[in-house]
Amino acid sequence: MSNMETLLQEFAVVAASPKAQLKKYKEQGKKVIGVLPYYAPEELVYAAGMVPMGIWGTNNKTISKAKEYCATFYCTIAQLALEMLLDGTMDDLDGIITPTICDTLRPMSQNFRVSMGDKMPVIFLAHPQNRFADWGIKFTMDQYHDVKKQLEKIASKAITPEDLKEAIKVYNRSRRARRAFTKLANEHCDVITPTKRMQVLKAAWFMLKDEYTEKLEELNAELAKLPVCDWKGTKVVTSGIICDNPQLLAIFEENNIAIADDDVAHESRAFRVDAPETDDPMHDLAEQFKNLDYDVLLYDPASAENRRGEFVADLVKKSGAQGLVLFMQQFCDPEEMEYPYLKKALDAADIPHVKLGIDQQMRDFGQVKTSLQAFADVLSLRA
Amino acid sequence: MAENEKAKVKKGPSPGVLALRKVVDDVYEEARQAKKRGEPVGWSSSKFPCELAAAFGLHVVYPENQAAGIAANRNGEMLCQAAEDLGYDNDICGYARISLAYSAGYRVGRKYDHETGEFIINPASGKPLKDENGQVVLDENGNPKKDPKTQQPFEELVNINDIEAMPEGEEKERALNALKPIRQNLMPAPDFVLCCNNICNCMTKWYENIARMHNIPLVMIDIPYNNDVDVDDSKVKYVRAQFDAAIHQLEKISGRKFDEKKFEEACANANRTAKAWLKVCDYLQYKPSPMSGFDLFNHMADVVTARAKVETAEAFELLEKDLEENIKNGTSTLPFEEKKRVMFEGIPCWPKLPALFKPLKENGINVTAVVYAPAFGFVFDGLDEMAKAYYKAPNSVCIEQGVAWREGICRDNKVDGVLVHYNRSCKPWSGYMAEMQRRFTRDLGVPCAGFDGDQADPRNFNAAQYETRVQGLMEAMEAKDLAKEA
Repeated sequence: MSNMETLLQEFAVVAASPKAQLKKYKEQGKKVIGVLPYYAPEELVYAAGMVPMGIWGTNNKTISKAKEYCATFYCTIAQLALEMLLDGTMDDLDGIITPTICDTLRPMSQNFRVSMGDKMPVIFLAHPQNRFADWGIKFTMDQYHDVKKQLEKIASKAITPEDLKEAIKVYNRSRRARRAFTKLANEHCDVITPTKRMQVLKAAWFMLKDEYTEKLEELNAELAKLPVCDWKGTKVVTSGIICDNPQLLAIFEENNIAIADDDVAHESRAFRVDAPETDDPMHDLAEQFKNLDYDVLLYDPASAENRRGEFVADLVKKSGAQGLVLFMQQFCDPEEMEYPYLKKALDAADIPHVKLGIDQQMRDFGQVKTSLQAFADVLSLRA
Repeated sequence: MAENEKAKVKKGPSPGVLALRKVVDDVYEEARQAKKRGEPVGWSSSKFPCELAAAFGLHVVYPENQAAGIAANRNGEMLCQAAEDLGYDNDICGYARISLAYSAGYRVGRKYDHETGEFIINPASGKPLKDENGQVVLDENGNPKKDPKTQQPFEELVNINDIEAMPEGEEKERALNALKPIRQNLMPAPDFVLCCNNICNCMTKWYENIARMHNIPLVMIDIPYNNDVDVDDSKVKYVRAQFDAAIHQLEKISGRKFDEKKFEEACANANRTAKAWLKVCDYLQYKPSPMSGFDLFNHMADVVTARAKVETAEAFELLEKDLEENIKNGTSTLPFEEKKRVMFEGIPCWPKLPALFKPLKENGINVTAVVYAPAFGFVFDGLDEMAKAYYKAPNSVCIEQGVAWREGICRDNKVDGVLVHYNRSCKPWSGYMAEMQRRFTRDLGVPCAGFDGDQADPRNFNAAQYETRVQGLMEAMEAKDLAKEA
């Protein structure tokens, strides 16, 4: 097996087995903090000497215990996160951070806190939407200070400014490496198939970032050595909250559809923006949150314009893709609310798109398969 | 009241109710007039600090109230569908869908003959015709005849942008005249939007969409979710700073300076309204109650659209007098004998109010508690307290605060049970209801029943399921009585 194959295999294993990762870190004597979507400053967890692990639901479970708390019309990512907290899958965690930026996560934060009781600390985080002016930055910092205090308690260790500066460095490097990877994945889409691309990016949520970045930089170096591939199939940009289902991505491969770039919360939206590196690291983290843009979950003061729609359309053009695949997460208001204007921008730019309704309890992909096959035909006329 | 004594029902709207209706009518009418004069008109979320706009003398209308009204007038489905055709998923809040369709120009029109201008009457509409003895008149097939005076034209979806683009003349006049003449269908288009997401985060995107459709400024007051009962200094400072930014934006929009006096007046009115609203709500503590709890759902329109107007405070004070008189006379606006008292949790299913009321009436259940009472009954002194007041909305508070509000009114208003609306339109509201239900039963010892519904989209309500759940709740409440007696 080549070095590249070995690396890809390692990422694939990590992406598929977060529970084993959790066990591994616990056996190393480390504390592990579960981090729910969206935008939690993982740097604080890292700076406290603990391991942050992303919790974005699962494709392998069915909602059962979470029904005690949730009505049926709730996003499966959040419900399955609760399911795993209730069914023992995540008993080894030392705490979780629950942000509250969407209408599902607001009450869900309460369900997490109530249901976990004394089992583990639940750290609450409410980001501001008016995040731009000094007072918005200040509010973000206040929130982050609260999170920091609670993490310090769990870690039994104070987070120094130096710890945090180092964490920001590690995270910026990781974000850079992931951005470089998505570019390389586009150039080498024959090697980095949609499934492999997902595995590499998903693994980031379950590994310490220094460890992850080292491996990813190694993979990037290997990819850079290869000649840019002469792709005969079609290319798309993916958009949505999450698209980590291997069965679903296999359909892309069956139809020779490569992923040129993405606008996915679980992928690029999470590493588009770096934090500044100044002498005030807490301010740097708040600044990073302030600078997040073109996001369905965040308030845009220039909302009279269609900035996000146009940004995504531009992403498609720049990436050399012929179209866009939108993974519409069932019951996701923010994605649904932004769809008409995304469609408007794509239509204006003459970019075809297909909207696929998905959720994490989906087991039958027949309809998706038909849609993607038809879409591939449309795209092939433009390739 | 003795068990077998029939409830004395007060017929017709009381002076207070009439005054409250006029207040809301005036809000819409004044906005229409302001628009005609060329003044900017705003659309505002229900719990945006209205005192700020009032300080500039700006006219503001309320899409949530509008959507509820459109839904109650049975046009919710038509406009929800119009929004879906624009690409808004049917999963999105029904109020938002109605509002976005309206924002895009969709209106409810009455069908008319384009040659004669005559309305085309829907034969299925109208009330049964009665003879001089009050008996229903039957047609030759034995079906009840309709009273022609009560029959209405067919309704259709039209777009105001198309109508406005028509050349001036009779046809255009006819098209405008055919718009359904309810105030919610004639709300003026917005020149600015005021968004406060203390109600929900859906509001943020909803108002961004409106701003985009009309290319107009958006004033945003962001209230992040609060995990604590108290509103700490950090939160107060954040909101205070947003008030300042909003004032700056409103100065630009109105072309006027912030009028301190007007602002103080608006605050004083809002406080007076809140106090009067709370007093009215407190009449539900009487057993039996001098009013039907459903009345509060109607009166909410005033608290939402006109908190800061003196007329609103006065109208609620008048209603207090009406209720006091009901107490004295042993009358009630409840059209049946009150056997049981429940809290109705959530927003009502506006398109299905009669269906909602029917099994309650059949079982003698009065709604004597709704969470809107404490949620809109907020009184403040000064800007810091105002910031704190707006930090607390039904969907922005932690579970402990939410439970405390509800259990407080359940105790004060002596409820026997709780009826929970799992509202398909409202994820933040329904999101911790299961846990709340457990707490109501544990802390209050009362049975709870939940049903599926929707505040605006009639397609999400199942009358049969609702009736069964109400029946179940009634049986549980009666079983509790029997157990007590035993």
